[in-house]
Amino acid sequence: MSLLLILLIVLPLLASLGIMVGANPRRTALGAAIVNLVFAVILFTRYDLHSGGWQYLSEWKILPRLGINLTLGADGLTLTMFLLATLVTLSALWIAPKIEKREGLYYVCLLFISAGVIGAFASLDVLFLYSFHELALIPTFLLIGIWGSGDRQAAAWKATIYLGAGSFVLLIGLLALYLSIPSGLRTLDIRQLDQMAATGAFHPASWIYLVLLVGFGSLVSLFPFHSWAPPAYACAPAPAAMLHAGVLKKFGLYGLIRIALPLFPDAMHQFNGLLILLLIGNILYIGYVTVAQKRLDWTVGYSSVMHMGYIFLGLASLNLLGINGASLLMFAHGLSVAAAFALCGEIRRRTGTLDYAELGGLAKVTPVLGLLFGFAAMASVGLPGFANFAGEILVFFGASAYGPEMIIPVIIGVWGVVISAIYMLRAYRNIFWGPIAERWASLSDIAPTARWSVILLLLPLMVAGFYPQIILRMVGTALPR
Amino acid sequence: MNTLFLEIAVVAIGIILLLVEAFSDRSDKSYLAYLGAAGLVGVLILSFFPSHGPLPGSSTEAFITSDFLSVFFVRFILVATIVTLLMIPGFRPVLERYLPAERAGGGVGEFAILPLFVCAGLMWMVTAIDFIMIFVSLELATITLYVLVTYLRQNNASLEAGTKFLILGALSTGFIVYGISWIFGVTGTTNILALPGAIATLPETSLAPLLFGIAMILVALSFKTGAFPFQFWVPDVYQGAPTPVTAYLSVASKAAGFVVLIRLLVALETIPVIAHKLHAVITLLAGLTLIFGNCSAIPQTNMKRLLGYSSVAHAGYLLMGVASLGSMLAIPAIGFYFAAYLAMTMLSFVVLLVVAEATGGDEISRFNGLSQRSPLLAGAMLLAMASLAGIPFTAGFIGKLLIFEVAIKQGHFGLVVIGIVTVAAGFYYYFKVIRAMYWQQPAEETVIPVTFTVKMIIAVLGAAILALGIYPAPILATLR
Repeated sequence: MSLLLILLIVLPLLASLGIMVGANPRRTALGAAIVNLVFAVILFTRYDLHSGGWQYLSEWKILPRLGINLTLGADGLTLTMFLLATLVTLSALWIAPKIEKREGLYYVCLLFISAGVIGAFASLDVLFLYSFHELALIPTFLLIGIWGSGDRQAAAWKATIYLGAGSFVLLIGLLALYLSIPSGLRTLDIRQLDQMAATGAFHPASWIYLVLLVGFGSLVSLFPFHSWAPPAYACAPAPAAMLHAGVLKKFGLYGLIRIALPLFPDAMHQFNGLLILLLIGNILYIGYVTVAQKRLDWTVGYSSVMHMGYIFLGLASLNLLGINGASLLMFAHGLSVAAAFALCGEIRRRTGTLDYAELGGLAKVTPVLGLLFGFAAMASVGLPGFANFAGEILVFFGASAYGPEMIIPVIIGVWGVVISAIYMLRAYRNIFWGPIAERWASLSDIAPTARWSVILLLLPLMVAGFYPQIILRMVGTALPR
Repeated sequence: MNTLFLEIAVVAIGIILLLVEAFSDRSDKSYLAYLGAAGLVGVLILSFFPSHGPLPGSSTEAFITSDFLSVFFVRFILVATIVTLLMIPGFRPVLERYLPAERAGGGVGEFAILPLFVCAGLMWMVTAIDFIMIFVSLELATITLYVLVTYLRQNNASLEAGTKFLILGALSTGFIVYGISWIFGVTGTTNILALPGAIATLPETSLAPLLFGIAMILVALSFKTGAFPFQFWVPDVYQGAPTPVTAYLSVASKAAGFVVLIRLLVALETIPVIAHKLHAVITLLAGLTLIFGNCSAIPQTNMKRLLGYSSVAHAGYLLMGVASLGSMLAIPAIGFYFAAYLAMTMLSFVVLLVVAEATGGDEISRFNGLSQRSPLLAGAMLLAMASLAGIPFTAGFIGKLLIFEVAIKQGHFGLVVIGIVTVAAGFYYYFKVIRAMYWQQPAEETVIPVTFTVKMIIAVLGAAILALGIYPAPILATLR
């Protein structure tokens, strides 16, 4: 039993319970988020790298007949994801604007997303991995529908039905996986599944991998299952978009690394061509779609879909280097996209619009906001010094090591970096530089709370950018030698 | 405790309460509902004492059984009746509005007592293993339900619902009697357990009339279970019937129909020729029920009709389980699904009852802004809808999980694909209710009052949904 790890999941739920019975929403939520971040850092630093593997384990029997237990635990990759989740949660709650109506529900929804995603990362049991992720479904629906902007209702519907159906496909895949285990050995424990696959005790059919790829893929917005993501992120209130794009979306990748990678080594080789084709769709097709956007929220939304392509490229390289890079990139992208959405929300709150045609020259009146946005944009492009750069480099190296057939995807990937530079620099120029319109002359600069909640995201990004080993040696513990 | 004793006790409580009602001078008769519920709680407790079932060799042995299926569903029907009875006091204003006021509170008493007789009928039905017994208990339940559905006799919707229910109910009764007589004519027995033995000795040529008889019974049962091809009465009757009766119809009555279906199919499972054909038929019916229920639910704007179509949809998922009866785990899966279904359906009807009374209608738009008028009611409905849609950590999710597991195991991949599509459709129409409650602005800001009884029902059913969704093992243990 590791109390700290259990508290990481329970605390946000307790806080939301407290808010439901009348505690001050903002203070309770922030308190829980701060404590959670401290816990995550403690867990991260106290992880025994020397012995590696799963630590902080605790287990309860739920359905013994089906071999289903609620098993919680963490290895280096999980702890990195905890760190990401708690950082983004704190930043998202902190930057949340003053809510006039139903403030309690707003914070309860955010806390539920946070608890769900932490629970999903902490679960060693496939069923609970899945179940915890679904905790976010209704809160997302409510957050976008009630507090969103633009065509929020359509976006909320699309995202909810897409994610609901996508996760049901995933569930069918997981059930099929479960049933392909010889009866008597049936379990959903990741450790035992790994072991069985390693010793050759069971060979799941390769079509199950395809079902899982579609299921997890639609949660990560793998091309062509991506169309829910940009409108949802564009319309969601900033904290919801931060949590969703920054953390929740990483769940699908996490699932693929945890489940598909060890259990379907042959199928992943067999269908690697398909995966590469799809991820090129993400990088190239979505990349150009991003360039065509005329509003910042849509640009950031599409860019987050596009950047999933790099992470998939890391997975498709099927070697240690690439997958390490993909894991680092998951962490880096989560922080950078959360920062971008946070700043999106700040700009929208000031100007009421994110349309490039209407904005310009804001750096004159909001220099700090402009500076922070510059940092976030450069991180997102993958400028050296940010963790995104280290991740992308590793992904490209890893992919190149796969073999000659990867040369074209890698070239496209590098070209994708150019595409991201184009749209991010354009956004930066259109919003912060050039002549300033009369009506923006009296805008106030970013407030200290918002400033620090963005710095909270950018600082770890730079630390991991200059010294990526701090993350790499952790995520390395999760990967097969 | 002899199983027959429990039903007799229920009938006795009903008769005593009728006498109390006749001689009572109090104008508020809703206390009878509480008395009835208390009596049923007593019966429920009695049902946990060791059951010896019918004595071997006694005359009742040929008619009823006390296997785990009957024990589980007897309790299930008792719980469903108790919840329904507890809903009735909140329904009193509607009853008084639509009943001729010869005397104050007239008619409320009987409305609270009649469900007890339906309960007894359904309890007999889930323990019965003989067609005659099934038929008699079915009629006891159905005829009492005719009265209950038409109870608001100055309300046209209720009368229309009652008429439809009566005509189609009578038709399905005709089908079941006709089917029984064909089966009896071919095999010479009306006992379900004796059927396989009797069929084994039959010549090849008598298979066709036997299948015809079984088909007739399947059609009649589809009326009870609200499944294709006899599902079209469901939305109309659900909409027009008094809300507690609708809730009762959709839970208890459906369960009893499914138990008979399961008994018949399990018995015939041993005869490959027939089992093979029945599998095909049930699979087809399950698919059609799923498609019909879910697709028709999408455009609904009335909450009761939505729940009606949703109950057809859930009959489809249950039929998926019935189609997989070849697996040992199918019956536990179906039983668990029903336990989940009871909690989530009853919870949504309880909230509907309160909201409809406070806002004066049962359209989904009446739920607009409910989260601002009563966070408790909105939260309860949110939980019920999440469970009906099948979101993890609710009972509905584990139910669907178990059903899909046996379906995949039995190789019903076509059904599973239809199931995925219909689950996505379900997300849409259940979330429509959530949207109304949380996205929309309320027509008026006043707080909706919630009585203590309703709070208790919400607390118990809500806790049950979460408990079944997080720790399902105890319920599953009773289903083996």
